[in-house]
Amino acid sequence: MLDETMLLTDLRAGKDAAFEELVRSYGPRLLSVARRFMKNDEDAQDVLQDSFISAFRSLGRFEGQSKLSTWLHRIVVNASLMKIRSQKRRPETSIEELLPQFLEDGHHVDMPSPWKSNPHEELESSETRTLVQESIGKLPESYRTVLLLRDIEGLDTEETAKMLGISSNAAKIRLHRARLALREVLDPHMRGDA
Amino acid sequence: MTCQDLADFLMDYIEGALPQTQRDEFDSHLGACPPCIEYMKSYEETIRMGKTLCDQPDAPIPDDVPEKLIRAILSARAKSAS
Repeated sequence: MLDETMLLTDLRAGKDAAFEELVRSYGPRLLSVARRFMKNDEDAQDVLQDSFISAFRSLGRFEGQSKLSTWLHRIVVNASLMKIRSQKRRPETSIEELLPQFLEDGHHVDMPSPWKSNPHEELESSETRTLVQESIGKLPESYRTVLLLRDIEGLDTEETAKMLGISSNAAKIRLHRARLALREVLDPHMRGDA
Repeated sequence: MTCQDLADFLMDYIEGALPQTQRDEFDSHLGACPPCIEYMKSYEETIRMGKTLCDQPDAPIPDDVPEKLIRAILSARAKSAS
């Protein structure tokens, strides 16, 4: 078990071994956070590097009110959002084609049917985790980002809106549409009769 | 209320953010439309599945930070410290 207090003391003392321990201990989990946000591994690795460099520079300002791991996690989320923002914006694919379709009378085109009884438990399987991650990856970026911050990172609507520079109402609408679209993408895999 | 209306306002319904009149319409529709009940369940499950993806602190983390990247990070730190 890593002793964060001791590690922090050694980091502040500038000990090389402490920095290496920090990168080796927290790197894998932080890289997996960056991978959730970035669409390719190269970008995720860039985010991890930027995050650690930023963390090294800010260590003096880290007051220890949160856990070191929580602080680093936050830095990676911020660095991921900055990276996404800095990338040249290509025209975003429309979310419309991923949303549920309805007939003119308001009925579902594709009638919903029950999902497998315990899909939640199935998340223990790496296949299902991969399916969920890949399905989230199919969402248009502005929707995917809101979903990641709200449902995966657990931020509230106001925090999410602030981080993305959009209104709370826009964040709320995007979140709902992202969830609807994600449900559609997962549906063929999760139906009980699949 | 139609199935489409229900999908449009499902998040507000689940979060208890609908006015009572609209909530009653929702309940009435759900009482008569089993497919919409399944739709709502799968919407809620979608949210749970996303959350679980992040909420597994004990889940194995692949030890796959490339050594080259670790070296690059430590080297960048050494340069900035010198």
